[in-house]
Amino acid sequence: MSTNGLIGKSVKRVEDKRFITGRGKYTDDIILPGQTYAAFLRSPFAHAKILEITTEAAKAMPGVIAIYTGEDLREVNGVPCGWQVNFKDGTTMKEPKHPLLAVDKVRHVGEAVAIVIADTREHAVDAAEAIMVDYEDLSCVIDPLKAAQPGAPLVHDDVPGNVCFDWNLGNPPGEVDEALKNSAHVTTLEFVNQRLVPNAIEPRSYNSSYDEANDRYTLYTSTQNPHLIRLLMCAFVLGIPEHKVRVVGPDVGGGFGSKIFHYTEEALLTWCSRKTRRPVKWTATRSESFVTDAHGRDHVTKAEMGFDNEGRITALRVKTYANLGAYLSTFGSCVPTYLHGTLMQGLYTTPKINIDVTAVFSHSTPVDAYRGAGRPEATYLLERLIDLGAQELNIDPAELRFKNFIPPFDGVNQPGYQTQVALQYDSGNYEGVLKKGLEMAGYENFRNEQKANSNGKLIGIGISTYIEACGIAPSAVVGSLGARAGLYEVGQVRVQPTGKVSVYTGAHSHGQGHETTFAQVVADKLGIPMDDVEIIHGDSEAVAFGMGTYGSRSLAVGGSAIVKSIEKIIEKGKKIVAHKLEASADDIEFANGKFTVKGTDKSMGFGDVALTAYVPHVYPKDLEPGLDFSSFYDPANFTYPFGCHIAIVEVEKATGKVQLKRFIAVDDVGNVINPMIVEGQIHGGVVQGVGQALFEGADYDENGQLTNASYMDYCMPRADDLPMIETGSQVTPCPHNPLGVKGAGEAGCIGSTPAVVNAVLDALWKGGYTVKDIPMPLTSERVWKAMQ
Amino acid sequence: MNITINVKVNGVKYSNTVEPRLLLVHYLRDVLRLTGTHIGCDTSNCGACTIHLNGMATKSCTLLAVQADGMEITTIEGLAKDDQLHPLQEAFRECHGLQCGFCTPGMIMTAADLLQHNPNPNEEEIRTALEGNLCRCTGYHNIVKAVEFAATKMKKEVAV
Ligand code: FES
Ligand code: FES
Repeated sequence: MSTNGLIGKSVKRVEDKRFITGRGKYTDDIILPGQTYAAFLRSPFAHAKILEITTEAAKAMPGVIAIYTGEDLREVNGVPCGWQVNFKDGTTMKEPKHPLLAVDKVRHVGEAVAIVIADTREHAVDAAEAIMVDYEDLSCVIDPLKAAQPGAPLVHDDVPGNVCFDWNLGNPPGEVDEALKNSAHVTTLEFVNQRLVPNAIEPRSYNSSYDEANDRYTLYTSTQNPHLIRLLMCAFVLGIPEHKVRVVGPDVGGGFGSKIFHYTEEALLTWCSRKTRRPVKWTATRSESFVTDAHGRDHVTKAEMGFDNEGRITALRVKTYANLGAYLSTFGSCVPTYLHGTLMQGLYTTPKINIDVTAVFSHSTPVDAYRGAGRPEATYLLERLIDLGAQELNIDPAELRFKNFIPPFDGVNQPGYQTQVALQYDSGNYEGVLKKGLEMAGYENFRNEQKANSNGKLIGIGISTYIEACGIAPSAVVGSLGARAGLYEVGQVRVQPTGKVSVYTGAHSHGQGHETTFAQVVADKLGIPMDDVEIIHGDSEAVAFGMGTYGSRSLAVGGSAIVKSIEKIIEKGKKIVAHKLEASADDIEFANGKFTVKGTDKSMGFGDVALTAYVPHVYPKDLEPGLDFSSFYDPANFTYPFGCHIAIVEVEKATGKVQLKRFIAVDDVGNVINPMIVEGQIHGGVVQGVGQALFEGADYDENGQLTNASYMDYCMPRADDLPMIETGSQVTPCPHNPLGVKGAGEAGCIGSTPAVVNAVLDALWKGGYTVKDIPMPLTSERVWKAMQ
Repeated sequence: MNITINVKVNGVKYSNTVEPRLLLVHYLRDVLRLTGTHIGCDTSNCGACTIHLNGMATKSCTLLAVQADGMEITTIEGLAKDDQLHPLQEAFRECHGLQCGFCTPGMIMTAADLLQHNPNPNEEEIRTALEGNLCRCTGYHNIVKAVEFAATKMKKEVAV
């Protein structure tokens, strides 16, 4: 039904104007009448008893309005977890209370112990420094393997062995053991997928107010899903009426997962605003962000992949210890399980798969979804294993992949592919992306150059072919797997009397450019100029409901909800036109913004129809006036983007320094609405994945101190660390949503990390250094050490 | 003891009495309400707060408001002249050099300084110049393209 060609065009972004002129409005930019400021006193210990808190002196300091400690909130609930995972024996996971302020004990460095509210930020900080806390330092445990050892210090007294749950998925373990035993070769890898700090450049920020006269609350929050925050905060934490609470996620400076979760500070500020009858604002300092934003990854894994004599994969057995940190964050439980274990099929026909996950608490910042969430960990595991297998079997890594790919299927003429680990892939052409990637990289030439090795340099090429599950997700499916929410999306299309269109979406943009992409979809489908369409998002008062943006779901789920509403608009428009032009509704066609009676030149423009709907003088008797529809779209399946990433690196022999020379990304994300925006998403994702491979990692010492908790110490990719990213694409439409789209937000980050690591190991291996693995990040020191 | 400072910001003169410990970035954001200048860190490593101080790109979180007394400041809000976007602003839009927009003001101010001193930078020079500004969204690819685009455009404008 594409009508004016806007779908598929690299339209420049409509939201950019405000950002390039400094007129974006982020939460910290907002100052409310009577504004007060909060500051936190946070734990310097990873694990300690709180013996006494003295606030008298602090309370007497200038500008202080109130100080609260955990004692004041003993009766208030903690923040909830949104996904229930059961132990293998069927019992419910352990869910210790995650209090808004620590009570009796602190369990990670940075946990909030007291909040100060004052008239200025400076006064609040001064007073927080004047609070005296008497701690009794206790022993702590950070490493997930150690935390699961008998005798490890307990994070929660009522969680034996620190185990939140254990979980298993796939073929019966016995069958997998047997298949591995009968394999011609088994490749084994024990590795760590290190903990990362998401580091959106806008720190978390909240501004909460209470209007006593109307008994209404307003929370401005740097969130990826305002409605979900409202629901969790009202129903689970504070017990305040949802319809009296407005939650707004204004411009948000990046999220990458870290702004999905309902954080303690959101609920606490709201609670405080009611207590003090003043608006309360808090913006994290970067130092606070490092120890309080939910972290990502942190898996310790042993994986074994069996091969037969021809190099075909026979089986995969995985054991992962996942670190959850000190408390269960909103989706902490589903990341290592349903977003990780379910991806163990990868792109390969592996007939027997079993994965076992033990999720443990430790005295560290909570861990949750970070760009890709579980899928980067799964991809890293598979793509490192297959590459190592190729080295060990002396088969070219590209060839080994071609041998094992699931053959192409479009999900329409050929059925979807049923994996051994619960999911059914929608459509795919996996060999296609690898072929294209190899071509773009000049693979054969590179191999020849590498063999000739004329200048004595260590050069390597690394491949990663990935698949991910996104567009989350069918509510019934995720519900049966433990999700405590539905995962549909809401899209309302309101045609104004003049034919201009306001669109309300439950998706939330924090850099993805929805105001452009969604407007393209609407303008294209209605055959009207993009200027006539406005996308409204992020305000619970404006948008009926929404599940927000994460898991690359905005377009696949949110866009589909909008399309559903557009279909209803056109349907109703046809009835209006049929009545006016005295024809049958079945004979009305809609194209290019015009309703026409089939086979005649009688027609009505979209604007006329809108006006008629609102000024219904000549109007069907049985039809309501107005042209405004809302839809909930619950997807039929996940979507499964896939692709091939190739890295080319040079390793300096003397120092072990890795230089990323080229990066090629061929991604198949289904149909594309705006190629410019999709490429931008890929660039950003790739660089975050490169960050994990080469630079990033949260370093905890044995006392539970995060030793690199600043931008001075935590190394993130900077402009001069990187080459240009070469992108290529392939399109295999998603067969089950109306736009045929799959999602592009996380792909870059999922595919890139193993490509880089494989490239470095390829360089070493081909240079005569038989190195099986180097723990990420691959710093000069680690690479050099591995070469010695 | 509060101190009175006189500054010229985006062509407008201001006189304010401020706490000696007030950072310049907080003065711009909270006192003058010029919120286009952002804060991304507390160690002067992200560049989100970059402004021009007497014509030079400066991280406004690295100095106190009182140190700017008597100086001229340009923030992102003052970069467009007579409603005419600066070529860099246009280029960032044209090349999709921004996503969430949080690093963007700092990136543009830093790049503007580069182009003042080096109207014809190559890719490496651009990357080196932007090395003090963090962006978590774009992977820098399109930011580099945007700076190249603006440089070309500015050369053309000079030539005309
Ligand atoms: S806020 Fe100034 S450099 Fe980060
Ligand atoms: S555009 Fe988001 S940090 Fe650069």
